[in-house]
Amino acid sequence: MIKEFRLPDLGEGLTESEIVAWKVAVGDTVALNQIIAEVETAKAVVELPSPFAGVVAALHEQPGTVVEVGKPIVSFEVEGDDGRPGAGPAGGAGADGAAPAKREPNLVGYGAVLENSGRPARRARSFAAPTAAPVTSAPAANAPAAERALMAAPEAIAPEATAPAEAAPAVPVAAPAPADMPAEARPGGTTTVAGERPRSTPPVRKLAKDLGVDLALVTGTGEFGLITREDIRNFVGGGDLAVAPRGLAGVSTPVPAPAQGERETRTPIKGVRKFTAAAMVSSAFTAPHVTEFLTIDVTPTMELLARLKASRAFAGYKLTPLTLVSKAVLIALKNHPTLNTRWDDGTQEIVQYNYVNLGIAAATPRGLTVPNIKDADRMSLLELSTALTELTDTARAGKTSPANLSGGTISITNIGVFGIDSGTPILNPGEAAILALGAVRKMPWEYQDEVALRQVMTLSLSFDHRLVDGEQGSRFLQDLGAILTDPGMALAMV
Amino acid sequence: MFTDDAGKGGISAGGPGNSAGSNRRSGGDLVQLITPGGERVSHPEFDPWVQDVSDEQLGALYEDMVVIRRIDAEATALQRQGELALWPPLLGQEASQIGSARALRDDDFVFPSYRDNGVAYCRGVNPEDIVKAWRGNALAGWDPYTVNVATQQIIIGAQTLHATGYAMGIQNDGADSVAVAYFGDGATSEGDVNEALVFAASFQSPVVFFCQNNHWAISEPVRLQSHIQIADRAAGFGVPSMRVDGNDVLAVMAATRIATDRARHGGGPTFIEAVTYRMGPHTTADDPTRYRDANELEDWAAKDPIARLKSLLERKGLLTAQLETAVAAKADAVAKALRSGTINMPEPQPMDIFKHVYSTPHSPLERQQDHYSRYLASFGDPAEAATEEGAR
Repeated sequence: MIKEFRLPDLGEGLTESEIVAWKVAVGDTVALNQIIAEVETAKAVVELPSPFAGVVAALHEQPGTVVEVGKPIVSFEVEGDDGRPGAGPAGGAGADGAAPAKREPNLVGYGAVLENSGRPARRARSFAAPTAAPVTSAPAANAPAAERALMAAPEAIAPEATAPAEAAPAVPVAAPAPADMPAEARPGGTTTVAGERPRSTPPVRKLAKDLGVDLALVTGTGEFGLITREDIRNFVGGGDLAVAPRGLAGVSTPVPAPAQGERETRTPIKGVRKFTAAAMVSSAFTAPHVTEFLTIDVTPTMELLARLKASRAFAGYKLTPLTLVSKAVLIALKNHPTLNTRWDDGTQEIVQYNYVNLGIAAATPRGLTVPNIKDADRMSLLELSTALTELTDTARAGKTSPANLSGGTISITNIGVFGIDSGTPILNPGEAAILALGAVRKMPWEYQDEVALRQVMTLSLSFDHRLVDGEQGSRFLQDLGAILTDPGMALAMV
Repeated sequence: MFTDDAGKGGISAGGPGNSAGSNRRSGGDLVQLITPGGERVSHPEFDPWVQDVSDEQLGALYEDMVVIRRIDAEATALQRQGELALWPPLLGQEASQIGSARALRDDDFVFPSYRDNGVAYCRGVNPEDIVKAWRGNALAGWDPYTVNVATQQIIIGAQTLHATGYAMGIQNDGADSVAVAYFGDGATSEGDVNEALVFAASFQSPVVFFCQNNHWAISEPVRLQSHIQIADRAAGFGVPSMRVDGNDVLAVMAATRIATDRARHGGGPTFIEAVTYRMGPHTTADDPTRYRDANELEDWAAKDPIARLKSLLERKGLLTAQLETAVAAKADAVAKALRSGTINMPEPQPMDIFKHVYSTPHSPLERQQDHYSRYLASFGDPAEAATEEGAR
């Protein structure tokens, strides 16, 4: 089989070396540890001993070439297996599709991680591989399956195809935005200076890589534009809190691909879909809806969020913009109780709730549900964040109890996770108000009499005009906006 | 003249002569029992200490030296092949390491530097464990208490303090074992080594300071560090010293036996300067041709420790085809085991980092461990991420 030798890190943290001379030629038989090349690093001229016993199949680099650490420099035709786990001695990331390595070692054999310095990536020279070709086209019939797979792997004879991708591990995987997201709904562009890697942490970068997200396209909401896990999830549309906007049906359910030739698919109306439809119709045609919008600079709230997250008291708790908005709604509601009422048609009474069961619209595997947090108005921020996390986790697992799905008094829907700015949410039946949160975007905004890039969000509030007058709804929305624009305003309202 | 000393590689790098002035030779002559040509020469003081070494044992010393040179060569190759991050070669220092290590008892405790891989081998450390730290798979390759060898010290000379402290512990225990510190010529310029000598002398602790003067502290020649013989530095602390040919396995063994015997019988510390030569680079990341004369290496190649013992065996008619075959087979087997053990070494797990920090439960560490495991968990399960993606 063909074995590649990738240029190792010959010093401590070197990224490249120059091939000074080859001591072998294609077709030569070499022994293990036989000197095959002389290589000059930034530190020394050293001799490279062969990691295999076999026949030289190809020399990938000419003398005088500067080669990046990790690039294949020579291939050997080796008999049998040497018991080595990966394909190449520099290990792990090799062409062995049958036995993928768990991770790519980045110290031994790979040297320092190459920064994307804008320096053009050096392509390995293409080369004819006459010795390799027969192997590929005619795998030995008695070879183990894994070995045949290795032979058939195109990488084994086409290093120029694999090298560029592997040579630049720091470059985010370029992937198109998920197909189910409308192009115009993508959150705004990068907030970092061109050429600078977007700020994030290793777990977040890994999540982005796993989900095929290009970090350059994600807007960071953390401190100094740090991209958080939530940002990634929000970008791909799932959302940590997968909240669906009312009236925008079927967001979370992928449409099954129609069978060939079938022009329509008929699905019985049942379950959550049937319930949702009935509730929407009842609400839309019973309660006269009014929707108001307010666009505000929430930078101070996002800064507060970052500070709280970093604080000892909230270590281990999940804090999101939704947590703070929920708290703000609960505070503002104290001065505007009419938004926390119910129209009881049967008894011809207006029911004023002296408690708040805060509903959160959630897209679940079963469809849209609006579980609520009981007595949310009595909760501290810490308790609220715990309750929100529990509510989300339970809803996503499809395990919300019927008790938690009924008895809500006011609701929030977070359409921002889908990259949407605003909408006209439909009331959860029996409730007087519902608030839709838009996406937080970096936008040019007036700030201290100048135009600055600020984090801006639109609030959309729908209310039942039977219960709430325009003035009451407007003042509530104004107070809510005041808290989110300047969280310190909460002190004036409690 | 074989008694090359501190002067080489510097001002008079010309011929193979002795450039040191007589005023710098107060430490006495270099003790030698085997000449570079393989001739056994007598020494009234040292001979009795190696009289018991049988022909068979001479062959075993030869095997040890060949095997550790082979381990060294294989590890160097593995570094060049990307399997080790770094390797500090011991080429040329085989007699110093084998001669001293084979003079120790099992209950003696060794405190080695990073280059003393031959010593580790003699004490029973597995070859793959020797390279484990150099592959980056562990902070230390072995359990010190199973082989009575501390983990290799990277900080120059720090292990001499550990050895002295351990020796003071031996005194408290009333035992007759010995602590042995291995270090180089450059280490004798470090504060730690000087402090260790002060304490060892004050407490008359059973510790042997075994200095391999390999002539180069990376690129710094020994003559720049010391205007007297390294062995003579010990006198200033009131510690008796010996200066032996470090490429002569018998001289090294005799000196080590003298020193350990003195320590076991309440005679306190001894300083041994084994005059040898680092024939390779400081580490695989070093290029010695940039700072030293090729002639110097040639001179020392003529004093090669293995060739010397081989000549002695030949003279005594002990170098049989059988011995040579057996030694070659042993070296091959160890090299093969080292290679396969290195390449197939299991990757360390992230939480392993907490394993050997404290011997007893420690709440701040447990908290860090908890935080770190949650941090690791925040990477999420790739399979789960894929599922989430697919569900959208």
